Amino acid sequence: MSDEGPLFEARGLRVAIEGKEILRGVDLTINRGEVHALMGRNGSGKSTLAYVALGHPHYEVLGGQILYKGVDVTELDTDVRARMGMFLAFQYPMAIPGVTVSKFMHSALKARATDNGDDSNSSNGQGSFKTAGTIPIREFRQNLTKAMDLLGVDKSFTGRYVNDGFSGGEKKRLEILQMFMLQPEFSILDETDSGLDIDALKTVAEGVNATRSPERSHLVITHYQRVLNYIEPDVVHVMMDGKIVRTGGPELSQALEEQGYEWLEDELLQPAGK
Amino acid sequence: MAQSQETQEVVDKTDVSGINDDYKYGFHDPEVSVFKVDKGLTADTVRAISAKKEEPAWMTEFRLEAFKTFQEKPMPKWGNTSLLNSIDFDEIYYYLKPAEQMENSWDDVPEYIKNTFEKLGIPEAERKFLAGVSAQYESEVVYHSLQEEIEKQGVIFTDMDTGLREYEDLVKKYWATVIPPADNKFAALNSSVWSGGSFVYIPPGVEVTMPLQAYFRINSENMGQFERTMIIADEGSRVHYIEGCTAPTYVADSLHSAVVELIALPGSHLRYTTIQNWSKNVYNLVTKRAIAYENATVEWVDGNLGSKLTMKFPCVYLVGEGAHGEILSVAFSNAGQHQDAGAKIYHVAPNTTSRITSKSISKGGGRSSYRGMVKVYPGAVGSKVHVECDALLMDKDSRSDTYPTMEIAEEQVQVEHEARVSKVGDEQLFYLMSRGLTEEEALVMVVNGFIEPFVKELPMEYAVELNRLIQLEMEGSVG
Repeated sequence: MSDEGPLFEARGLRVAIEGKEILRGVDLTINRGEVHALMGRNGSGKSTLAYVALGHPHYEVLGGQILYKGVDVTELDTDVRARMGMFLAFQYPMAIPGVTVSKFMHSALKARATDNGDDSNSSNGQGSFKTAGTIPIREFRQNLTKAMDLLGVDKSFTGRYVNDGFSGGEKKRLEILQMFMLQPEFSILDETDSGLDIDALKTVAEGVNATRSPERSHLVITHYQRVLNYIEPDVVHVMMDGKIVRTGGPELSQALEEQGYEWLEDELLQPAGK
Repeated sequence: MAQSQETQEVVDKTDVSGINDDYKYGFHDPEVSVFKVDKGLTADTVRAISAKKEEPAWMTEFRLEAFKTFQEKPMPKWGNTSLLNSIDFDEIYYYLKPAEQMENSWDDVPEYIKNTFEKLGIPEAERKFLAGVSAQYESEVVYHSLQEEIEKQGVIFTDMDTGLREYEDLVKKYWATVIPPADNKFAALNSSVWSGGSFVYIPPGVEVTMPLQAYFRINSENMGQFERTMIIADEGSRVHYIEGCTAPTYVADSLHSAVVELIALPGSHLRYTTIQNWSKNVYNLVTKRAIAYENATVEWVDGNLGSKLTMKFPCVYLVGEGAHGEILSVAFSNAGQHQDAGAKIYHVAPNTTSRITSKSISKGGGRSSYRGMVKVYPGAVGSKVHVECDALLMDKDSRSDTYPTMEIAEEQVQVEHEARVSKVGDEQLFYLMSRGLTEEEALVMVVNGFIEPFVKELPMEYAVELNRLIQLEMEGSVG
């Protein structure tokens, strides 16, 4: 495990689900402290990249590598990657009936405090919150309350069952609350902004901006420029048909917003050097 | 001394190798029985049991009549008949009296019984709770102590044998009025050979704030356990009775066949909570039934883990206007187990209400069945019925069946029925694992969440114990 070099890398990543190739050679490098935006149409492979980064069992890696902190994690279990500091804010978070948000969050914090048998958790104590494995339940509750205040999340959340009967906006808020509490070093937000009203969108942006630091990185997957008005990305990528076809600065997302994906498609079809 | 030699022989034959690995709480205390009738059942055995207990003649007669009924009644022709028919009634001891006499205080409780509690991991705070407990050990209650407080309230909380001796009129008045011996073959068996169990009486208007708790264990190879419990909640009274079980491991099959009768007189509130965790060779064939009079409430809270076959369908007869019945149950079946559990509600009077919530978990090829009966009689106008069955399948080898029966003979009623079968999904596990939980931790969390509506009805210490049992059951479930 290395503190030098990129935090996250995909190298020539080819991924299939149910025999169908979705990612057809993705190269992506994210350095510490950077916020990357990954844009693209539905079905371009954005969410597949998010799932496979965390090791979803339904996806098959046909070729290439996923590296995290310089370690090849391509074959590692999801929970091991999570304990190494990776996080995914889900597009469709799952309900866990009967398990309160408070209990869920406490368990997740305890799990993260679990040693992976390496030094991957060495950074856990560096955030504004220590892990629950080493702090008493009272402190955990205080931290949770503080986080909820900061993100404008309703107090009633803690006693409710995880995502059970939550509205779309509430689910996304809970994802951001988790990200904020768990303080992962690498967070992927999979279309967290979709279908949100402006208040919820600001919560998402607030969550990302509040966790931005020289050690942490974010990959914000989105359809729309809108969220990038609140989260300013360092790097913008555009994915089409399972490949990253263009990488640039914030101006790239502006251009997409103004001219649409057709503009980029047309441009890509032109012979090189024109 | 011939008796104890025989006992010794039985213990020596016990081969527990390999089974202790499966059953965490499977340990034996050496048997210290002083009296044990021969294996198998005859009218003479029944007479011997009654004589040994120095029972009144009417009880001896009752037992003998019940024995006849037992012999005449065929095995149930429904349910898991192949397992039922494999029971060999001749291979069972029907009565065992331990050397210990009735205990009055915790200090006098024999050390090895305290050790048993120790091994069960009952927390210190709960042991103090046991001050108000009658714990059945082997076939006789050996420890019994009443909290001064409830004694002053006139509450009777004793073992059934003492109840019969000291409160004969009260016992006789209600005896077998809720569950007659002819109800089913196993009720008949219990009626003929019953021993132990609890007798509880709550005087009118008395509210017992602390739950009354009883512990049961069977601790003798081939020892059938036939406890008999009767609870009478007099008018306007309120009581919560808790029965918790865990059994040691045996090689030979073991039969447990209890009868529990609840009588909730007008305006009373009676809750009966059970958590059972029988070792995996036990046949747990129990008849539980309550009668609720005008404006009375009866609640069965019933958790079943372990055993080879459980057949248990707690029942409430709502015979008085405004009576309410509630049955909340959880069944967990693991490899080689069949939990055939359910609920029965009979709406006999107007404006009676009932709610059935049944949850089952099947894992490792285990099988859970929900068998329910709701019957609304003509004239039970304004009655409301709500039935909810949830089944959770942990893998594709496991099985869940639902046999809901509804007989509604009255039009002005409101009936709701919901049934759901869900599987622990890959997406759910992926979500939890993406937060750092191992697959096993994720599974335990999903299961504990599933039974949360049940667990939150339990006193804290039982909730903790149940969550721990679930965790033990889930161990090694990840290949």
